[in-house]
Amino acid sequence: MSNLVKNIIRFCLFVLAQVFILDKVPPLHQMATPYIYFLFILWLPFKIGRRMQMLVAFVLGFAVDSFNNTYGMHAASCVLIAYIRPFLINLLISQEGAESNYNEPSVQSMGFTPYLTYLTILTFIHHTCLYFLQALQTGGYVYFFLKSLISTAISLLLILLIELLFPRKQKFRTNTI
Amino acid sequence: MRNIFLFIRIYFTFIFFLLLMGVSIYMLFSYNSYHHAVYSKTANEITGAINKKYNGIEYYFQLKRTNDSLVKANEVLYNRLRQDFEIPDTLNKTAIDTMALDSTSIARKYLYMQAKVVSNSVNRPNNYIMLHRGALQGIKPDMGVIGINNAVVGTVVDVSDNYAVVMSLLHEQSNLSARLKKGGETGIISFDGKTHEILYMKDVSKFAKIHSGDTVVTSGFSDKFPGGLLVGYVKDIINDKSSSTYTVRVIPAANFESLQYVFIINNLQKKEPEELLNKVKNK
Repeated sequence: MSNLVKNIIRFCLFVLAQVFILDKVPPLHQMATPYIYFLFILWLPFKIGRRMQMLVAFVLGFAVDSFNNTYGMHAASCVLIAYIRPFLINLLISQEGAESNYNEPSVQSMGFTPYLTYLTILTFIHHTCLYFLQALQTGGYVYFFLKSLISTAISLLLILLIELLFPRKQKFRTNTI
Repeated sequence: MRNIFLFIRIYFTFIFFLLLMGVSIYMLFSYNSYHHAVYSKTANEITGAINKKYNGIEYYFQLKRTNDSLVKANEVLYNRLRQDFEIPDTLNKTAIDTMALDSTSIARKYLYMQAKVVSNSVNRPNNYIMLHRGALQGIKPDMGVIGINNAVVGTVVDVSDNYAVVMSLLHEQSNLSARLKKGGETGIISFDGKTHEILYMKDVSKFAKIHSGDTVVTSGFSDKFPGGLLVGYVKDIINDKSSSTYTVRVIPAANFESLQYVFIINNLQKKEPEELLNKVKNK
């Protein structure tokens, strides 16, 4: 399956899973809402251009927003993590040339610890931005930090479960051929 | 000039990032104001159609509860029938009112229109409900919405051709004028964004005698709802010694979690008092 088709299917699945499963689940606690749709951005291929990546993130955020009637909230958070993502990948990638040998970030291509750091940092940034904007709009500053910490923990747990349940096979490609 | 172009070329990614961020944040802070952008109309049509598909499945799981609430609503209506009242005194006679309410359109104030709920949320600080009935079917913004058991649900904030978005009572910006059924003291119903089981009734006079379990109804002062519609039941009172009013915690009467059908209230006599009020304000 081509990269584009795969990502389009992934986009739809992530948005639908977020809107119709995770948003419908009765809240575990007032502070904890799990989000997983932004995993789509984290799984984008290494080779995608930076501007393209931000545009895709904007569209993804807008899609989730239009279901929640919070126009702009998810879009802004997604654009932010899409902007930070390339810097983080450059910092964390350990093997020489892993970007060209593998298609997209995963445990296989980056190694377990760097990949986990990558997930944690971006999840935390996404949630903090999201709850910060929510607090700006509705004015509940007291819980905002606690909310983002707890939600990050729960989202990370879900993301790790997804990684275990749906292993992505990554072909090792050499660029010498 | 050349340097400016060079600058733009070098920092284009960053500028693009700022642009996208700016667009998102502009959308976020302009959505609740009155000039609605084009995208919300189109987006409502699309998400509405997808939500309707989803609701078609979800609806089956709630058929039993919907049925129960319809039976209850029927029971209330049956108990209001004229033949259920019999007066032993023959001097008093219950007569059929000969005034036809519908033919004299001046007499009718509120018109109820049913609508199907296609999407609903309860667990966010700001909750919205989407209805499958829109501008083409006579819905306008600022109409009141009640559940089947006559309990207030929210206010229409946005309409597209076939869908309408309702700001639920569970919204931090929702304000509803309400009164205690027993004593008649008025207050403002609001929501703090934490748990959907509690609403707050603010600015209640300290002279009011309030007991837990008392009924809270709409005051009838707003042009969206007729007076006496159910809002909720008093849970307890937060007695703030420093303030001169009570804040009462209220359990909402509407069952927000299993909303499937609602009624939208169209106030047919809304225009005249509004114009009068505007005239007074402009003087």
